[in-house]
Amino acid sequence: MTDQVQKFLEIADDELILGWRNSEWTGIAPLLEEDVAFSSIAQNEIGHARAWYELAARELGTTADELAFDRRPEEYRCSRLVELRLVPDWAATIARHHLYETADEARIAALKQSDDPEIAGLAAKIDREEAYHRMHAQMWFERLQDEPRFQAALEELRPLLDVRDEHTPELAELWEEMTMVRRSVAGATW
Amino acid sequence: MVTEEQVWNALAEIPDPEIPVISLVDLGVIRSVDVSRDQVRVEFTPTFLGCPALEVMRDAMAARISALGADAQIEVISDDSWSTDRITPEGREKLRAGGFAPPAPREVGGPKLVQLQSNAFRCPYCGSQDTTLENIFGPTPCRSVRYCRSCRQPFEQFKTI
Repeated sequence: MTDQVQKFLEIADDELILGWRNSEWTGIAPLLEEDVAFSSIAQNEIGHARAWYELAARELGTTADELAFDRRPEEYRCSRLVELRLVPDWAATIARHHLYETADEARIAALKQSDDPEIAGLAAKIDREEAYHRMHAQMWFERLQDEPRFQAALEELRPLLDVRDEHTPELAELWEEMTMVRRSVAGATW
Repeated sequence: MVTEEQVWNALAEIPDPEIPVISLVDLGVIRSVDVSRDQVRVEFTPTFLGCPALEVMRDAMAARISALGADAQIEVISDDSWSTDRITPEGREKLRAGGFAPPAPREVGGPKLVQLQSNAFRCPYCGSQDTTLENIFGPTPCRSVRYCRSCRQPFEQFKTI
């Protein structure tokens, strides 16, 4: 696997897993607006995951669905930050959202400079959608930045961002939920 | 023998699955139509990558083209070539009439929170500029929710992309 395919998988895995985690707020967020926001952000992230999986799948001779759902949990390349189940901790959720969007912005900015027009074009499109996630993260960061609980969550979560080789048991639990239907109906196409 | 014009006309009859007041042609998501003999190749640019209506749009285009007696090849182009600036003037008017405020023009560097919070967005019902941002996110990825203080009506604002 080339470094580039590895990079696509890292991003796709991050977006897929975080998309699932964000969707866990659907119906139970502290404000109705945040139910809508986290559901919409989750939907975007999973759309981005699919786009990167499709690029990786073409290189690897497989499909986006197989990459997303048919690997073992230990094969995922996502950051430990996105694996954690943070519901019902709102301060930690916003801390993760802010840490992730900040790091993702730098990663996407680098891909926008790619010599490959397909990669640069996809990164540019994703960046326009992510701009809305960043605004949302920034708005909450400003509201919570003086809260000790929020500060503590930022300190606790920040070191997890670059950990990709060791996964938490929470990823395996999420994988069970995420792939349950696919594993139970072998060979199904949707 | 199918003509390019017939294909464009057929595609112009397909409503957006989530905002049916506007057609796919009005929405500007059809980048090109290429006809050679009975093969029709359409380049289609998604609005948002996570939009669940993409497959519905693709299937609807293929069905309309098949109904013209041609083979459809729908190519999805996931790059930055679609922007809300591609929505046609007719499309913008149809959005407004349907209660959706059309998107602000794309600005260099993308939208900023301070712009979204400004009251320069017009209410599609009464035309007032006295509106506030309620939520950056709405019922679909492409919409925000605003509130008009003049007619006290919440409304959906198409996001600038």
